[in-house]
Amino acid sequence: MKKDMQSLSPEARAIIKAQMTRRTLFAGVGAVSAAGVLAACGTGSSTGLKTVVDVSDSEKIVRWASWPLYLDFNEDTKVYPTLAAFEQKSGIKVTYEEAIDDNNTFYGKVQGQLSIGSDIGYDVVTPTDWMAARFIEQGYAQKLDAANVPNKSNIREVLANVGFDKGRQYSLTWQSGFAGFGWNTQKLPKGVRTMDDLFAPANKGKVVVLSEMRDTIGVIMLYQGVDPSSNFTEDQFMNAIDFFKKKIADGFIRQVKGNSYSEDLKRGDANAVIGWSGDIFILRSESGGKFDFAIPESGGTLWSDNMLIPSTSAHKKNAESLMNYYYEPAVAAQVAAYVNYICPVEAAKPELEKIDPELANSPFIFPDAATLAKVKVFRSLSSDEATKFQTAFDEAIGN
Amino acid sequence: MAFLHGVATGHSQVKNALKGRSLTPYLLLAPGLIWLITFFIIPIFSLASTSTMVRPDGAQVGVYVQELRFANYVDAFLINKDQYLRSFIYAALATLVALAIAYPLAYAIAFKSGKYRNILLVLVIAPFFTSFLLRTIAWTQILADQGPVVSAIKVLPFIDDLFRINNTSTAVVIGLAYNFLPFMTLPLYASLERIDPRTLEAAGDLYANGLTTFRKVTLPLSMPGVVAGTLLTFIPAAGDYVNAAILGNPSTKMIGNVIESRFFAVVDYPTAAALSFTLMATILILVSLYIRKSGTDELV
Repeated sequence: MKKDMQSLSPEARAIIKAQMTRRTLFAGVGAVSAAGVLAACGTGSSTGLKTVVDVSDSEKIVRWASWPLYLDFNEDTKVYPTLAAFEQKSGIKVTYEEAIDDNNTFYGKVQGQLSIGSDIGYDVVTPTDWMAARFIEQGYAQKLDAANVPNKSNIREVLANVGFDKGRQYSLTWQSGFAGFGWNTQKLPKGVRTMDDLFAPANKGKVVVLSEMRDTIGVIMLYQGVDPSSNFTEDQFMNAIDFFKKKIADGFIRQVKGNSYSEDLKRGDANAVIGWSGDIFILRSESGGKFDFAIPESGGTLWSDNMLIPSTSAHKKNAESLMNYYYEPAVAAQVAAYVNYICPVEAAKPELEKIDPELANSPFIFPDAATLAKVKVFRSLSSDEATKFQTAFDEAIGN
Repeated sequence: MAFLHGVATGHSQVKNALKGRSLTPYLLLAPGLIWLITFFIIPIFSLASTSTMVRPDGAQVGVYVQELRFANYVDAFLINKDQYLRSFIYAALATLVALAIAYPLAYAIAFKSGKYRNILLVLVIAPFFTSFLLRTIAWTQILADQGPVVSAIKVLPFIDDLFRINNTSTAVVIGLAYNFLPFMTLPLYASLERIDPRTLEAAGDLYANGLTTFRKVTLPLSMPGVVAGTLLTFIPAAGDYVNAAILGNPSTKMIGNVIESRFFAVVDYPTAAALSFTLMATILILVSLYIRKSGTDELV
């Protein structure tokens, strides 16, 4: 997987302007999301969860639920090289499943079993921030034993203290990515940098956006000058929904969907999308540069998926050694070279330079302060907000 | 003593046989009953109880308490009446399209296929060998903006440049008709194949031409197949959400999509349950009206 930095869109390289440091950015986000999490507590009903006996030492297995195209894979040998190396080294057999293609659907599938404390069939799950927050909040995640995860300290500083998991007691970031604009460079040679570019008359009926509410609405809020990481009001959120509804009613937005928007781009049914950085870069390298990605001028969103151990897992120690393994810089670099998302291990950069120097310099894998200043993390929503906002969003997309 | 012993065993054998016979119907029913109770009756009650629950303010996502709020039904219906109406319109259109395609097909297989009959029947059910989802996704390729169908239609002079099929209601109806076509074809074939050829000969003897024979003999005799086929197409099509999700756009969503979104995305179980019940009730009413009207009571 080669990526030509020089041929990346100019704006991809030119997001180097603002001065805000990563720490101030994330500290702000953390404070806000902590407030959100607190607001959501108080009526917790997660009492009476059974405690599970860890049988890691006798059962050398770990079962991992992850997302599609999210781990280095060798097409020729049909193995995941880093996983195979882990199995070799640890003697633990890993079952890796691309079992999550949507946070909500996955939660819907396992929630019943979690609530009665029966095994969900996975020892590691990889939900996105807000869903990880829900797992932790409801007591569906097991606390990590720091002694078993010494590499935890390798985590990128900005990720070490997220609002939903102070000090990373329950979770570790798997990968992070940006939501922004992706486009077909043949149809739109000038690129898509602003919301006006996205909804240009020529794109009528040729725009597909993400069904992940926090990304699509987050990008629209930023366009409207509202920071989605701030303590925005319901009105501000609904303004973004109104804008979104209008673009659907006017026939600009053709469809609202998950990962499969990349098929619409490939087929030519979509000229431009609100999509995820890693997806578009994979498309780009598959197609010889036919597609490109940029963070909108008005700002994009930053999200992370997090590894955590569900409360029903009886293989906690094995799961911890797996998590620890993926925080070794050399291993993290190998994964980053394949998935093209933001690597959670800062120290992996020199390792990635050995594999692919150009990739190691990509601001989309090892983002610099300027890039990070362009993106916001959608704040945690209280459960009342989550219900109300998700209802509004789903009604807007016709459900 | 030996004699007595023999009588005693013989007697109990008869008794056992009698007892066994009286249990047989229940034992035969047991698998079906257990299945129905576990996977239909219990879920129906759980669904009914969920449908009147209410979310307390500030409760965690997905936590609901029972308050017997029957207004949930009214709310759920009023918010989603467009999707309800759309579901029944799309399902009806898809049923008509499927009937128009399946009738000649089943007729040809039943009367004109000769030695190819079995091959043709296998071809009718062959799509089931691949996943429903994949077949639907394949249509997005066929109907793509730069795909063969749209390109061919665009050659016509009066077609707008913005013309497309993917992500329109047309695509959803095409998808529904395609996916449920075998359910229409097979009952039609079964009832056509059962027609006694002598009735057709008799019609000929009475100077009926081909059209009259079809109208007066074949069609009435195939009506059970038509009714069964339309029901087997209409009912699942009305509750389908895959076609609208993959081939449609935000303004072609059907009630199945709403239920899915309420259940998984919004985690609003009461509304999802109320919607499901309303859908079930509506389908039941429509179907019983239809069966009464078409007068094929022997079907049910």
